[in-house]
Amino acid sequence: MTVGTDTSKWTYATVEAESGLKIASKLKPEEIISTVSESGLRGRGGAGFPTGYKWKFCAEQKGDQKYVVCNADEGEPGTFKDRVILTEFPNLVLEGMTIAGRAIGATGGVIYLRAEYLYLFHYLKEVIQKRRNLGLLGTDIMGIKGFDYDIDIRIGAGAYICGEETALIESMEGHRGEPRNRPPFPVHTGFMDNPTIVNNVETLAWVPCILSKGAPWFAEIGTDKSKGFKLFSVSGDVESPGVYELPMGISVEELLETVGGANAKAVQVGGASGRCVPASQFSERLIAFEDMATGGSIIVIGPGRDMLHMLRDFLEFFVEESCGQCTPCREGNVKLLEGVRLLEEGKCSMRYLNELCSLGETMQIASKCGLGQSSPNAFLSIVEFFKDEIMGRINHAASQEYAQ
Amino acid sequence: MLMSKQAKLREEVRELAEVFGHDRSALLPILHKIQQKYYHISEYAMQVVADFLEIHPVEVYGVVSFYSFLNLHPRGRFVIRLCKTISCDIQGGKRVARQLENDLGIKFGETTPDGKFSLEWANCIGMCDQGPGMLVNDQVFTHVTPEKVHDIVEGLRRTLNQHSMQSGEIFTTPQIHSANEVEL
Repeated sequence: MTVGTDTSKWTYATVEAESGLKIASKLKPEEIISTVSESGLRGRGGAGFPTGYKWKFCAEQKGDQKYVVCNADEGEPGTFKDRVILTEFPNLVLEGMTIAGRAIGATGGVIYLRAEYLYLFHYLKEVIQKRRNLGLLGTDIMGIKGFDYDIDIRIGAGAYICGEETALIESMEGHRGEPRNRPPFPVHTGFMDNPTIVNNVETLAWVPCILSKGAPWFAEIGTDKSKGFKLFSVSGDVESPGVYELPMGISVEELLETVGGANAKAVQVGGASGRCVPASQFSERLIAFEDMATGGSIIVIGPGRDMLHMLRDFLEFFVEESCGQCTPCREGNVKLLEGVRLLEEGKCSMRYLNELCSLGETMQIASKCGLGQSSPNAFLSIVEFFKDEIMGRINHAASQEYAQ
Repeated sequence: MLMSKQAKLREEVRELAEVFGHDRSALLPILHKIQQKYYHISEYAMQVVADFLEIHPVEVYGVVSFYSFLNLHPRGRFVIRLCKTISCDIQGGKRVARQLENDLGIKFGETTPDGKFSLEWANCIGMCDQGPGMLVNDQVFTHVTPEKVHDIVEGLRRTLNQHSMQSGEIFTTPQIHSANEVEL
């Protein structure tokens, strides 16, 4: 456990360089996959799909060309762990990609880097070139005949939706970042119709650690369904914001103690698409896939902050970032935002608010991808827990009306 | 050799297609490069790119209009993007926004008449722990305060005036083209 963005104490810093790759190079591909499966590692971008399964499905596909895509399109509000990982431990991510390549039989890997992190482009290019010079990328890696793998970088262009794996692939292919129907999943039909795995930066960085320290080490930490450590991006009203390495399954209360958020009124877990936890539930809500899944975004809301203001910020974000492909998301987020504006003006009836909540639930079911399915979360949880604060507002203009 | 602007652009796109390929997946890298040089992607540029990739120009338009970092209309040489997300907002983002508008004399979404600066909002730029965060082209500024805004803007102005910026390699801050380049 570490405090703040003190990366020297992270597990990542304790793993010997290339030790995971050395072990992987001696294992058969199916043995690598079974080690990852045994560790219980699940996708660290937030969705939590078991990494071992994803790799297995892809490895089973026939095809000469397969791809490993590193999802570095970290767009969720309040998340910045991937930026820190790519800055401090780029070799670990590249090592993880190389291991993934060996596991599924891919010869090509791509880092999809968000345009906002363009300043990392040259740095990462250099690290990749150094690895080529050391024989850790390219042909016959570590002197093993036929172990060929190389990594390229693609730059995004400022679209949150491209963090969704099929939208990311669409974007790499030169299209608008609109999510595809699934199935077929990318493990079957991915980049240029080839089998492709898309993994988060953090997921890939854990892989060498797991191989180096062994699957049981990872599986011992956390809860039944959520194994291992997780990196949390903590921001908002806390004493020491930063990236923290903490075990999965930690309660909101324990997390707040670590980061120094004693007076918090609420915590937004999972960014704009996550849920808002009120202070009364800090001790019972766990940060784990069985309770509240998160990509790592923790925004602490101190006393005196206006919940409606935050909600409006999130909904403006979703209205802008919805790709517009499916109606529940495209229209629904606009309606929810209008509702928040009515609440701010103190002009929303309880009946209409209930209707909006019902709309939110419809969006969760009917939207095509994770964006629309999760965008009403903040709205629904804030309405549920903070009715007293958001109803019957008297704003400045309205109060003048009353004065007359 | 005197070349028309259009012939020059066509030649540049041809060279880019040689580098990135004629496949559709080369579209975004090519568009990034055009935007880097011309600060937007014009209708003619979209037509030319479509020709070289053998796709319909409306497909290119669809892509350019989709992504917030690609622009249909000319932007300034420095695009200032201030993070509007809640973590930066509660660290004083709105006050920085006001001061940027004051110092640049434009509103968000606008470009200064001299074509030097554009001011835009960005969704979370991943600097939540060091907010308010701000991007200027591909440079990042953290812990921005209303007071610092002036220094940052003046620093950028000086860079433009000195003509001293390094010639840009791919994806770095756009290079400054000398004003006496022959264009008909």
